[in-house]
Amino acid sequence: MKSDSDKPCLLEIDNLYIEGFSEGIWHEIVNGVSLSLDRGEVLGLIGESGAGKSTIGIAAMGYCKAGCKILPGSSIQFDGIELTTASEDEKRRLRGARIAYVAQSAAAAFNPAHKLIDQFSESVVQHGVGSREQAYADAKELYSKIKMPEPDTIGFRYPHQVSGGQLQRAMTAMALSCRPDLIIFDEPTTALDVTTQIEVLATIRDIVEDFNTAAIYISHDLAVVAQMADRIMVLRYGNLVEEAQTRAMLANPREDYTKSLWAVRTFKKTVSHHDPSSDPLIRINNVCATYPKAPKPVLTDVDFEIYRGETVAIVGESGSGKSTAARVITGLLPPTQGTVVFEGDELPPDYHNRSTSELQKIQMIYQMADTAINPRHKIRKIVGRPLSFYLNMDGDERNRRLNELMEMIEMDPKQFLDRYPEELSGGQKQRICIARALAANPSFIICDEITSALDQLVAEGILRLLDRLQKELSLAYMFITHDLATVRAIADRIVVMLEGRIVEQGFKTEVLEPPHHEYTELLLSSVPEMNPDWMDNIMAQRSEQKGLQAAGN
Amino acid sequence: MNTQSTSLFSAPRLGRALRILGEAPLSAKFGLLVIATYIFVALFAPWISPFGESEIVGKKFLPWNDQFLLGTDHLGRDMLTRVLYGARNTVGIALLTTILAFLLGGILGILAAILGGWLDQLMSRIVDVFMAIPALIFAMLLLSIFGTSILNLIVIMSVIDATRIYRIARAVSLNVVVMDYIEAARLRGEKLAWITVQEILPNISAPLAAEFGLRFCFVFLTISALSFLGLGIQPPIADWGSMVRQTAILITYGDYTPLIPAFAIALLTVAVNFIIDWFLHKSSGLKDEV
Repeated sequence: MKSDSDKPCLLEIDNLYIEGFSEGIWHEIVNGVSLSLDRGEVLGLIGESGAGKSTIGIAAMGYCKAGCKILPGSSIQFDGIELTTASEDEKRRLRGARIAYVAQSAAAAFNPAHKLIDQFSESVVQHGVGSREQAYADAKELYSKIKMPEPDTIGFRYPHQVSGGQLQRAMTAMALSCRPDLIIFDEPTTALDVTTQIEVLATIRDIVEDFNTAAIYISHDLAVVAQMADRIMVLRYGNLVEEAQTRAMLANPREDYTKSLWAVRTFKKTVSHHDPSSDPLIRINNVCATYPKAPKPVLTDVDFEIYRGETVAIVGESGSGKSTAARVITGLLPPTQGTVVFEGDELPPDYHNRSTSELQKIQMIYQMADTAINPRHKIRKIVGRPLSFYLNMDGDERNRRLNELMEMIEMDPKQFLDRYPEELSGGQKQRICIARALAANPSFIICDEITSALDQLVAEGILRLLDRLQKELSLAYMFITHDLATVRAIADRIVVMLEGRIVEQGFKTEVLEPPHHEYTELLLSSVPEMNPDWMDNIMAQRSEQKGLQAAGN
Repeated sequence: MNTQSTSLFSAPRLGRALRILGEAPLSAKFGLLVIATYIFVALFAPWISPFGESEIVGKKFLPWNDQFLLGTDHLGRDMLTRVLYGARNTVGIALLTTILAFLLGGILGILAAILGGWLDQLMSRIVDVFMAIPALIFAMLLLSIFGTSILNLIVIMSVIDATRIYRIARAVSLNVVVMDYIEAARLRGEKLAWITVQEILPNISAPLAAEFGLRFCFVFLTISALSFLGLGIQPPIADWGSMVRQTAILITYGDYTPLIPAFAIALLTVAVNFIIDWFLHKSSGLKDEV
């Protein structure tokens, strides 16, 4: 787009040090990372949370978050402009116009009070690239290019009037509004369902290729980055671990840490088949449920059972009703029709009417451990409360049991019992949630997306822990997730849900092996694979099928 | 709660409290010093003041002299003595009123947030009606109806102020009630009292504490204003608001005496606000407070 300068690199970051201030001291977030990016090249930044990848991403715009500072000696050169010393004015002229940013949560990044197309035009007009009318026309063209439905009118909707995937694509289009040289994608698909993710990924890649834009693609998901990036950098604790061309790195990772990232998907529990003659632990009989004021039912004729000691995974996209099923079982949402039978007895539909022992037997673990444990309680109180509440334990007996529970979840009781949740890492908090559930001596635990907020290595640890506890205590799990890798790892049986109905259920081997139900097929094929050609193949396949269908019509 | 946590109240915790105090900004230290002085004066008024609270010791409106350091008031009572006793009465009543208002408004506000539904609607609408009437005028009206005893003053003021606290407690609790840990507590089968006191209260204590300081100032000023208007604390009890009124005539003669109780009111208000500012700053910026 811009002048073909003879400088080889578009972005050159040299020896970048960034420090952050928290709890009264400065500590390092990024330790001397250097990178360079050519025009039209896509660089993938990979790492777990806390690796500093987002911090590097926004530093490429010469920005760092409040409470952070770029140390002197660091250099960030964008097309010959030194961003560490540039004035705010200079940087403001670059941002949006020549460097654009696509955030993880489009829902939070759009201003809910303005129409999409007005937000698209804002930077165009601000930077003097064109008039509002030109921007409108350009937006419509881009919307049709990225295959948004009704490209001529969709821009006139407000952010809440389009779906999450569409919003993320609208944001990608918005980043392009001034035809920047560089776009920074910060986990743009992490919050999306797999079936939506693949569409957004395809959009991003088309756009980057068509406009020859350079991009930094930040993600924790290797398989995604493998589709997008020409080159990958692996980061850990603010240090560069390894850097290589995508294919070379996938084929032959050198560092142990990189290999461990690959190895994550190796855990697989041995499938246990329940005794067919035994009675199910819990049976959900033809349940229908509706939220108050909702136009249509969220669950329709949902019918499945779970046996002692087995794990049933409930799979589906957001809005498929899988979490609602959990709410019906726990009694938070009484069904309009159907019953829940637990250990042979029908449970009262509303949890208010359930007895303490009925409540005790069914425990729940939440997706966000942060909000599932009271930040003002010590671990001792969080885990200890079910002990005194259900089992009337106190004093030494309670302390002994607390120690036992902490050892079960592989955390040192001496070190952790008197801490507050904020002094724990995400994975540790989730373990505390597990301990709290175990403290009640349940026979059935509902796990609602419990690993989706965690890094892969940490999530793997949680899955192994749950598997071990299942064997020891013969627990039954209902595992709600949209992540099929998790399903492969932990499930015995699978229930696939779509729009509040069960589309397919059966043993893992049956559901995951062909022939699939049409929707299961779509779900399975949308899970990114660790193969750089995966997306090309799948997109080609799908357009072929569409072509066939169109021809058939 | 249990045996191990009691040990935490010992030396290290005290040391940490002192350290936090040491790191406080100058304004907060000043505020703490002023409040400590007021508390001291309030507690020991009978011992440090030279005369009895309502003892007539000399002629009316004597100027400042060696015997009566701040002169005498319109009945010939020692001003210094009455200023010192005023700390006890004015501050004590304001504090009691604020505490009652918080118990009433805070608990109802949290309950409204937890229970929701028609109960929440009913309470919130009643509160709206109360809040539609200007506080000072409403207080004057009620005091005229029920009579101007100290008990009435405390009850009426705390009910009126409870409406304000109800709104804040309800609003901040609504943010906490949607948390998963509240749902977890409900599913555990916890009673309302546990959810209110153990799950919600610790999470809204910071904004409520800040509100407490602010509300205390308002109550304090309102009581002074009511006393000034003759509806608050009744003679012969010493009280800063009515002292300003009783000696107001001296201003015409260029005498500063009426400004001294007014200054006592202003100083306490400023001091409390300094501490609130510091507290808010701490609770928003740092997370390590307990």
